[in-house]
Amino acid sequence: MSGVEGAIFGHGFFDSATVHVALAVGAAVALVSGVVGVFAVIRGQAFAGEALSDVGATGASAAFLIGAPSLWGFVSAGVGAAAVMELIGIQRPRGRDLATGIVLGASLGLAALFLYLDTTYHSTTGATATILFGSLFAIDSSTTPVIIGLSLVALVLVVLVQRPLLLSSLNADMAAARGIRVRLVGALYLLALAVAVSLSALTIGAILGTALLVGPAATALRVTKRPGTAMLIAPLIGVAATWLGVVLAYDSFYWPPHGHGWPVSFFVVAVILSLYLLAGLPRRRRARAVAAPDGVR
Amino acid sequence: MSDPRLAAVGQEILAIEGVGVRLGGRDVLKDVSFTILPGEFTGLIGSNGAGKTTLFRVILGLRSPLSGSVRIGGRQRSRRNPLIGYVPQKYVLDPDAPLRARDLVGLGLDAHRLGIPRPTRARRDRIDEMLAAVDADGFANARVGSLSGGEQQRVLIAHALISRPRLLLLDEPLANLDLRSGHDIVQLLARIAAEQQIAVLISAHDMNPLLAVMDRIVYLAGGRAASGTTAEVVRGDVLSRLYGHRVDVLHVHGRVLVVAGEHDDDAGRDREGFARAVRSVS
Repeated sequence: MSGVEGAIFGHGFFDSATVHVALAVGAAVALVSGVVGVFAVIRGQAFAGEALSDVGATGASAAFLIGAPSLWGFVSAGVGAAAVMELIGIQRPRGRDLATGIVLGASLGLAALFLYLDTTYHSTTGATATILFGSLFAIDSSTTPVIIGLSLVALVLVVLVQRPLLLSSLNADMAAARGIRVRLVGALYLLALAVAVSLSALTIGAILGTALLVGPAATALRVTKRPGTAMLIAPLIGVAATWLGVVLAYDSFYWPPHGHGWPVSFFVVAVILSLYLLAGLPRRRRARAVAAPDGVR
Repeated sequence: MSDPRLAAVGQEILAIEGVGVRLGGRDVLKDVSFTILPGEFTGLIGSNGAGKTTLFRVILGLRSPLSGSVRIGGRQRSRRNPLIGYVPQKYVLDPDAPLRARDLVGLGLDAHRLGIPRPTRARRDRIDEMLAAVDADGFANARVGSLSGGEQQRVLIAHALISRPRLLLLDEPLANLDLRSGHDIVQLLARIAAEQQIAVLISAHDMNPLLAVMDRIVYLAGGRAASGTTAEVVRGDVLSRLYGHRVDVLHVHGRVLVVAGEHDDDAGRDREGFARAVRSVS
């Protein structure tokens, strides 16, 4: 390994099975979150995503309590919550935030109870940190195919219904007048959102789950005004941030306190925020250039 | 000239017969009947809550009437009727949303399709042509959310027209526009109606901006409708019967004011109408 590569990728980076799993799972989850996130921003459902992520945490902490894989806890609770939200009418613009807020509050309360019981019965605080803040390095390699499979299903679903979904998101009546089944399309999207958020909660933590959903999408909206391009750029930003996060976390093993790597989730979120801020720079300069000549506006 | 989607040439594009709608125990529409011919410009006039949007939803097939029938192009109404183009009342889009004017117009062509859109030369040309037809070519590549109200109306009209409808429904398109933009939109719609023989049904709470171009007026009040030419409908006796109490029709410098009669003292809504009338005079 050459000197430059050695400086970037820590010793044994490419040989580590843990790293392989982290890169594969991270990429799959970032891809689906990026595409789903573009619509979450257009539809104003980022808050719903947050709630689904929190419900996922409840499921995961319950799964930990009974000794089941946290993957199934996250996904079943997230999808179940999406179904409940659909039934109580989260698709209607009004009442959406209220219904979401109630679900979110109740689920976090339950998560607090389950995590307390986890810590008490299993005499470990690991569950709390892993569920709330995630760890790409702690993913059971046997669940990798399931995670990638679920990501692909959600990704294909959203790509397939993208045009009906886009028009329904812009105006429900306009979509319905063109024969689009707005309710069905909205429910399918909510399902994809639940899967994407559950998986990203699993990888970077329930609390940070929406960062992978909203961050890359918001960054993409800053650099493009085409819906198709945004759906392409957002997942790429997500994958770049996740992989860069993995590399940095691996390197941080030699950072203080020596011998303990920093959390991957921290790096992923830090990279996402940096890219978002970077994407805003050209626009701000442009705005200043436009405002300067006449100075009236 | 003949369109295979129409049952017969020369007959009315929209025929509404005895339509009644009940919402929350209240009769919003009672026995509403009128017809619209191809290429006709019709104003659907009524105050807020008169049932204009409800009537549109019935025509679009989004709400079933309690009674009566709606025939479009000679056939029973259905969902996804390609003969109808629709421009909704309120359209609020985040200024950052990744959607250019041409993307929104393109959705008018194939929003019901699944899968990844394939950009073809023909599709692009058709979108350009449509944008030019509504004088929107200057902001074809701008984000829809960053456009002014009048510009957004043009893009929405292009979105509705690109699927070649025979009837264009516009719900209060002038509500949030300044006088100048409103006038331009009305002229544009009148031109489209005349040149392409597309019937235009436009709802508004104020008939004055439409007086010069309306072929027909449908006046909604008290859940009932009166239809005909402006001279036939906008008369004190006709509207008094519709409202169920006396109203007067005043003509001021070519504009029309509908005001409550002097013996009416219960209706706050009419005082509101009077205030609006006074505002539009000044």
